[in-house]
Amino acid sequence: MNRLLKEYPQEVEKTLAKYPLEQKRSAVMPLLYLAQRDKMHIDRQDMIDVAEICGITETEVKAIAGFYTLYHEEPGGKIRVQVCTDIACALRGADEFYAHLCERLGVEDGGTTPDGAVTVEQVKCLAACHNVPVFQVQNADGLTYYENQSVESALEIIEKLRQGESQEEAA
Amino acid sequence: MSHILLRHRDIPDINKLDVYLANGGFSAFRKVVTGMDKQAVVDEVKKSGLRGRGGAGFPTGLKWSFIDNNSWPHYVVANADESEPGTFKDREIMEQNPFQFLEGVAIASYAVGANAAYVYLRGEFWQQAHFLDECIAEMEKAGFLGDNLFDTDYSLRIYTHLGAGAYICGEETALLESLEGKRGQPRLRPPFPPSVGLYGKPTIVNNVETLTNVPPIIERGADWYRTFGTEKSPGVKIFSLSGNVEKPGNYELPLGTTFRELIFTHGGGIPNGRGVKAIMPAGASSSVIVATDEALDTPMDYEQVQNVGSVLGSASVIVIDDSYSMEWVVNKTLHFFKHESCGKCTPCREGTYWMLNISNRIHQGRGSAQDVDLLYDVAKQIQSKCLCALGEFSTMAVVTGIERFRTDFDSQGQSTPAEG
Amino acid sequence: MAKQMVTLTIDDQQVTVPAGTLVVDAAKKAGIDIPVFCHHPKLEPVGMCRMCLVEVGRPMMDRATGKPILDADGKPKIQFGRTLETSCTTLVSEGMVVRVSSPQVEEAHKDVIEFLLTSHPLDCPICDKGGECPLQNLTMEYGVGESRFIFDEKMHLAKNVPLGDLIFLDQERCIQCSRCIRFQRDVAGDPVIHFHERGRATEIITNSEPGFDSYWSGNTTDICPVGALTTADFRFGARAWELKATASICSQCAVGCNLTFNVRREAKAGGRIVIKRVMPRQNEEVNEIWICDKGRFTAHHYTESTDRLTQPLVRKNGELVPTTWEEALDLVARRFQTSLDSFVTLASGRLSNEDLFNLRQLTDKLSGQSLLDTYMAGGDLIAEFGVAAGTNFTDFGPGDAIMVVASDLEEEAPIWYLQAKQAAERGAILIVLNQRPTKIARYATHNLTCAFGQEAASLLAMANAIGSSEISRLPDWIKEFPADNALRLAAQAFADAQNGVIIYGQQGIGLQASRDVAQAAANLLFLTDHLGRPKNGLLAAWQRVNDQGAWDMGFRPAEDLKADLSQASAAYIVAVDPVGDQPVLAEALQHAGFVVVQELFLTETAKLADVVLPAQAYTERDGTYTSAARRVQRFYPAALPLGETQPDFAITAQIADRMNIKMEGSLAGRVFQQIAKNVVAYENLTYRKLAETKPQWPIVGRGDLYYGGTSYENSQGVGVALRPASQVRKLFRVTWERPQAEWPQMEDALVAVPLTRLYDRGTTVTPAKVLTPRLTPPHVGLNPEDAARLGVSDGGLVVVSLNGVTGEVYAHVSERTPAGIVFVPRSLGLPIDAPSPVGVRLAEKALARPSNLQRITR
Ligand SMILES: Cc1cc2nc3c(=O)[nH]c(=O)nc-3n(C[C@H](O)[C@H](O)[C@H](O)COP(=O)(O)O)c2cc1C
Ligand code: SF4
Ligand code: FES
Repeated sequence: MNRLLKEYPQEVEKTLAKYPLEQKRSAVMPLLYLAQRDKMHIDRQDMIDVAEICGITETEVKAIAGFYTLYHEEPGGKIRVQVCTDIACALRGADEFYAHLCERLGVEDGGTTPDGAVTVEQVKCLAACHNVPVFQVQNADGLTYYENQSVESALEIIEKLRQGESQEEAA
Repeated sequence: MSHILLRHRDIPDINKLDVYLANGGFSAFRKVVTGMDKQAVVDEVKKSGLRGRGGAGFPTGLKWSFIDNNSWPHYVVANADESEPGTFKDREIMEQNPFQFLEGVAIASYAVGANAAYVYLRGEFWQQAHFLDECIAEMEKAGFLGDNLFDTDYSLRIYTHLGAGAYICGEETALLESLEGKRGQPRLRPPFPPSVGLYGKPTIVNNVETLTNVPPIIERGADWYRTFGTEKSPGVKIFSLSGNVEKPGNYELPLGTTFRELIFTHGGGIPNGRGVKAIMPAGASSSVIVATDEALDTPMDYEQVQNVGSVLGSASVIVIDDSYSMEWVVNKTLHFFKHESCGKCTPCREGTYWMLNISNRIHQGRGSAQDVDLLYDVAKQIQSKCLCALGEFSTMAVVTGIERFRTDFDSQGQSTPAEG
Repeated sequence: MAKQMVTLTIDDQQVTVPAGTLVVDAAKKAGIDIPVFCHHPKLEPVGMCRMCLVEVGRPMMDRATGKPILDADGKPKIQFGRTLETSCTTLVSEGMVVRVSSPQVEEAHKDVIEFLLTSHPLDCPICDKGGECPLQNLTMEYGVGESRFIFDEKMHLAKNVPLGDLIFLDQERCIQCSRCIRFQRDVAGDPVIHFHERGRATEIITNSEPGFDSYWSGNTTDICPVGALTTADFRFGARAWELKATASICSQCAVGCNLTFNVRREAKAGGRIVIKRVMPRQNEEVNEIWICDKGRFTAHHYTESTDRLTQPLVRKNGELVPTTWEEALDLVARRFQTSLDSFVTLASGRLSNEDLFNLRQLTDKLSGQSLLDTYMAGGDLIAEFGVAAGTNFTDFGPGDAIMVVASDLEEEAPIWYLQAKQAAERGAILIVLNQRPTKIARYATHNLTCAFGQEAASLLAMANAIGSSEISRLPDWIKEFPADNALRLAAQAFADAQNGVIIYGQQGIGLQASRDVAQAAANLLFLTDHLGRPKNGLLAAWQRVNDQGAWDMGFRPAEDLKADLSQASAAYIVAVDPVGDQPVLAEALQHAGFVVVQELFLTETAKLADVVLPAQAYTERDGTYTSAARRVQRFYPAALPLGETQPDFAITAQIADRMNIKMEGSLAGRVFQQIAKNVVAYENLTYRKLAETKPQWPIVGRGDLYYGGTSYENSQGVGVALRPASQVRKLFRVTWERPQAEWPQMEDALVAVPLTRLYDRGTTVTPAKVLTPRLTPPHVGLNPEDAARLGVSDGGLVVVSLNGVTGEVYAHVSERTPAGIVFVPRSLGLPIDAPSPVGVRLAEKALARPSNLQRITR
C-alpha cells in the first residue's frame, strides 16, 4: 500500500487541498518532501507512491526530484549541513569557514562523517548574505538556518543535532 | 523617517496580528473590498508609479491591467523565491512584517479578481513558509481570508508553496511550472502570465517587496507615495547591502539614494581600511561597476544606474574591496550560473559550462594567453540567444569584468583573494 | 471556413501561407531551410535549442491611422527587432520580412552549432545516424573547423544506456532537444522518459518498469535529430548509405501503416538481401510519420525465420516428405477436381487481395465455400456504410465525434489510438463504450462502461434515446433497451456532432456479438445522420491486415467451422492455422477428404495436411491490402524469395490451370486488373493509381533532414480510399436486427472473455527476438473474489480448461476483472474466440516458471 497515504494521511490530504481538484500534480513537490522526511533520501518506491497520488508517472516524479537540489536520490547523512559559499558570503570569509568546518569534521567537500550521520556540502546563496558565515541544516524537521556562525559554534550545533538523531534512533 | 516596508524596525512585534491590527493593519484591504471598484485599485497603483521590485522594474499597475478578463479563474502568485546572490530583503519582510505582505497579496488578488493566491517560497525558506502558514491561519480566523470577506461576496484564500532549490524558479514562468508540479524551466513568452499563467489561467506574478508596498499606497494614496523617490522611479526600495562593508544588511531608502550614501553613511564604509573597488548592484547577475567617484555619486534608481553601465535589478548591492581580483569574482559567479542553468536552452546550458571551465583554467593558473579572450568571446556568444534572462545574466559579470578590469585576468597567480 | 492568408518575405522571396503558420514552416514551404533541432512540426513549439534564430522585421505602423508607415519609395518601412527571434516560435504576420541568410543570422547559427558540439563526441564514423544526421549536416555547413574547446574538459558520458529492452541512449550524443520526451508525453500519452538533473548535467532517463514502457518507443529514434537514441534491433546494424528503401505496408494490424523496409545484401546471410530495419513511410491520411513498436520490430523478422517452409511437401506412407512443385500441384489439382461436392477454402486476412481473389475464383468454380478465419464480423456492413473516402483522423477536431465500442484501441489499432487521442485533445468528442477500463478512455469526453455481453444493447439504448422523437423510424422492440443518463448524454453529443464515426473492435466479443455490434452501430450512424460523407461512417479494428479485403473479395466467416471442415471433401487452407488456434479442430480435419495447407511455416494444421505448399512472405513479393478504413494500398518486394516459395495467388492459379480454369497467375498487378474488373467497389482502380502520391505536409526526408532525417517521404503511393456502396448509390437503408449473440449461461460457472493484446504470441510475432522480453507469459485474469474462492493468489499457477484444451497458466488477480469473469488474452495459447464457459483450478504443483513460452503446456 502507498506508504505516504498510510503514514501521513492528514498531511497528504492537507497538501492536496491547497490545489484545484484537477491539479493534483501540483502536490508533487510537497509530497516529495514528505517522502524524504524519514530517510533523508527518496527511493523508487517513494516515487511510485508520489506518482500514484499525483496521477503522473514515476518517471515524471524522478524528473522533478532530479531537478531540484533539496531532494536527494542517494542516501547520505540524515543531517545535511549546507554552507553557503556563494559570492556575497565568500567576500566575508565563507570559503575559509567551510574549509575549516570540513577539516574539523574530518570530511571532504560534500562528504559524510564516518558514522554516516552528517553530510556537509556547499550551497549557493541562501539569502542571508549579511549574516556570514551561514549554513542551513536539512533534516527530518525541515530546514533551519544558522547565521553569524563560527566553526566552534557550528560544531556545537552539529553535535547537538547528532545526539538528538541518535536518541531518536534509540527510541 | 519611519519605515514603510520594514515597519518592524519602528514597531516591535508587528509580525503579530494584534499589533499589526493596532497599527492600522488590514484597513487598506477592508477599504478596497468594501468600497473600491477593482479598476480603481488598479488605477491607484498605476498612479503611484510602483515598479516591480523583483528585478525587472515593470510598472505594477500596468501589469495588473493586462489581466485577461475573458478567461477565468485568475490567480495571484507572490514571488518569494529570493535566490539572487546578495538579495535577502523578502526574507526579512516575511519574517518581520508578514501581514503587510499578505495584505498586499490580498489587495492584488481583489484588484485582479483572483480568489486564490499562492506564495511561492524558495525551498530554503522552510521556516518562513511555516510561519506564513500560521499567519494565514490567523487571518482566516480573524476574517481576513475565506468566504464573504467583510460581508461582501468576495472570497480569497492564500496558500504557500515551497520550491526545492533552484534559482531559475525565481523567473516567473519557471516558477509557475514548478508550482504546477513540473521541472522549473521557463516557458516561451509570449504569452505572458497575465494572459496564460498558472494552470493556463490569467495570473499576476509579483515580488514580495512589490506587494508589500501596496497596502500603504492604498491607504495613503498614490500622491503620498510619489513624494518618495524620483519621477520615474517613485517610492522606497529595500537595498540589500552585502560584501565588504562594515554593516551589511537591509536598508529601506528612497529610490535615488546614491551608492555613496548607502555604502558609507548606512553601511559604515569598507572594513580594514580598504578602498572600494567595484560594485555589483544587482547581485551576481550584475554588470560590475567600477567604483569611481562618479559611480559612487550615482543615484540608485531604475534609470540612473544604467548611466554607469549596470542595472538596479533587485538592488542587492554587493561591495567588493580592492583586495579582491575581479577574475576571482567572475569565477564565483560562474560557479553559480553553471549550477543554476536549467538546461533548457543550448547557449546557457553549454555556455555556462564552457565559461566555467575556461574561468577555472584561468583561476588555477592553467590558462593560456588566449583564454581570457576566449572567455569573453563565449560570453558574447551566449548573449541575446537565450530563452530566458538567466543565460544573459551569466554573462554580465564576465563581459564587464573583463572589459573593465582586464588586468586582473592577465596577471595570473594574483588572482586568489587576499586572506580574510 | 477558408483560413486567412498572410504574405511575408523570406530572403527576398514572397511567401503566402495561412495565418497561424510558424515562420520556420513558412520558409520550408518556400523551399528555404532554416536549421532546427528542437522544432518538429508534429510537436508544439518550445524554442529551446535556439538553432533557428532569424532576423525578423515587421512593418512600422502609424499609431494614429493604424496604417503602415511608408518610406521614400512608397514601400512600408520595416522595423527589425533588437535581437534575433526563434523562427520556430514566431508566427507569420502580414508584411513581415525575415532574413535567414544574413551575416548576423549565419553567425548566430554558427555560434549555436559550436555550443552543441562542445559536448558532442563527434563520433559520426561509428554513429548509427551517420549519413542521415542533421547535426552532422549542419556542422558541415556552419561548423567551425577547429574546436576552441579543450577535449579533456568535455563531458564524458555513458554511451550504451539501455532505456528499456528496445531503445538505447548514448548520453554523449544527446543534445537535449526534448523531441523524444515531448513525443512520448504529447503524442503517445506515455510520459515514461524525461529529463533528469539540470544544466549541463541534464540527461534522459526512464523510471518505468519495464524501462521505456510504451508501444511507441521506436518513433523517438526516428525523430531524434542525432544518434542519441537507437533501437536494439538496428543499432550498429548498417550504415545509412548502404541501405536501400522499399515501400511496404505493415501487416501487423488493419490500420495499414505505410512502411519503408531498409534492405542490404549481407555476406553474413550468404549474400541474401536482408531487411535491416523497418521505418515509417509518410502517409498523412493513414499513419502520418508514426508506427507502433510491434510493426517496427516484427514486420520483418518472421520472414527471415529459419523455420520457414522452402519446398512443397506431400504425405507418403503417413509422413510429409519433400517433393517437386509439379508433383504437388498435379496431385492437388487432381484431388480438387474430384471434390466438387463439398469443397472448402479457408483463408485469412493475412493474404493480399490478389491471393484472396484467385482463391475465390477457384472456390467458386468448384462450387465451394470461401471461408474467412476470423472472430469478427461486419465487413459487409462496412462495405455498405464504411467511412466515406476523404476521412482523415488528423482533421478531426471540434464538431467531430469518434465513438469507440468494445475496443482497447491501443492494443488493436494502435495508430487509431494516437489519432483519436489527439483528435480529442483538439476538441473532438470522444465517446468510449467499453466493458473495462482502457487507455483510450483517459481521453474520453464520455467514458461509458457496459457489462460484458451488453455491447450491442448499449448502442441500441443510445439509438433508443435519440430516436424517441422520431419513433416511427425505430422498431418497437427497441423499447426493451432503455438508456441510462450517461448513455443518453453521450448519444445526444454524438447526434449533435457535425460528423461522427463509430469504431468497433475485438474486446470481449466473438463473431456473433461483433455482428450485433456492427449492426447496431450502423443503425446508430443512420439515425444520427452520420453516413455517406467524409468523416462519417463505420470502422472496424480488424484482427488482421487485410480482413476488409477478404470481405470485399467475398470471403465470409464460417458459421460452424468444425462442421464445415469435417464434412469437406477437400479443404484448401491458406495462411491460417485452425488447429494451432483451436486444437479441437484437429479431429475435424481428420474427417476431411483431402487437406492442402499453403503456409509460411509447418503449423499444427500443416502437420496434418496431405499436401503442404510453401508460400512467399509478403516482404518477398508485391500485392495490395485493403485497410480497415478501406484504403487499398500497394506493397512492394523488399527481399528475395526464399527457396522454392511462390506467391499465394500464383500457386492458386497453377492449381486452377491444371483444372483448365483460366486465371491470372503471372503477376500480382494482372490479378489486380481482374479485381478492378470484377469487384464493384474496386472499379476503375489500377496499380498505377495506387502508386500515386499527394503533396504531404509536413515535408519529411529531404536533404535538410528537417525531421531528424530518418523519415521517409511517400514516393511509391498513398493508396486509394474506396467509397462505401451506400455513398455510391446515394441511398442509406439499414435494417434493424435484434442482437443474437448468447451469453454462456451456466450455474456458478466462470465465463472466459477474450481480450486482444498488441504484443501477443502469434506466429508472426514470436520470431522477433527483440520483442520477446516484452511478451507477457500466458496468463488469465481473475477477480480477487473468485481467486480467493479458488485459493489462487496473484502470480500463482492455475489449470484452465477452455474449449477442449486444458493448460497451466499464471493467474493475474486484479479488481479490474469483474467477478465471475476470467480474462483470457487471445493468441496466448488458450483457444478462445468468444465468451465461453471455463474451468479454473489451482495447479497442484508449480512447474518451473515457463519463460518465453510460445505455447501452453497441455
Ligand atoms: C533568472 C531569474 C531569476 C529571478 N529571480 C527572482 C526572484 O528570486 N524573485 C523575484 O521576485 N523575481 C525574480 N525574477 C523576476 C521575475 O521573473 C519577475 O519578473 C518578477 O517576479 C515580477 O515581479 P515584480 O514585477 O513585482 O518585480 C527573476 C527573473 C529571472 C530571469
Ligand atoms: S537561459 Fe538558462 S535558465 Fe533560461 S531557459 Fe535557457 S538554460 Fe534555462
Ligand atoms: S529553438 Fe527553434 S528549433 Fe530549437
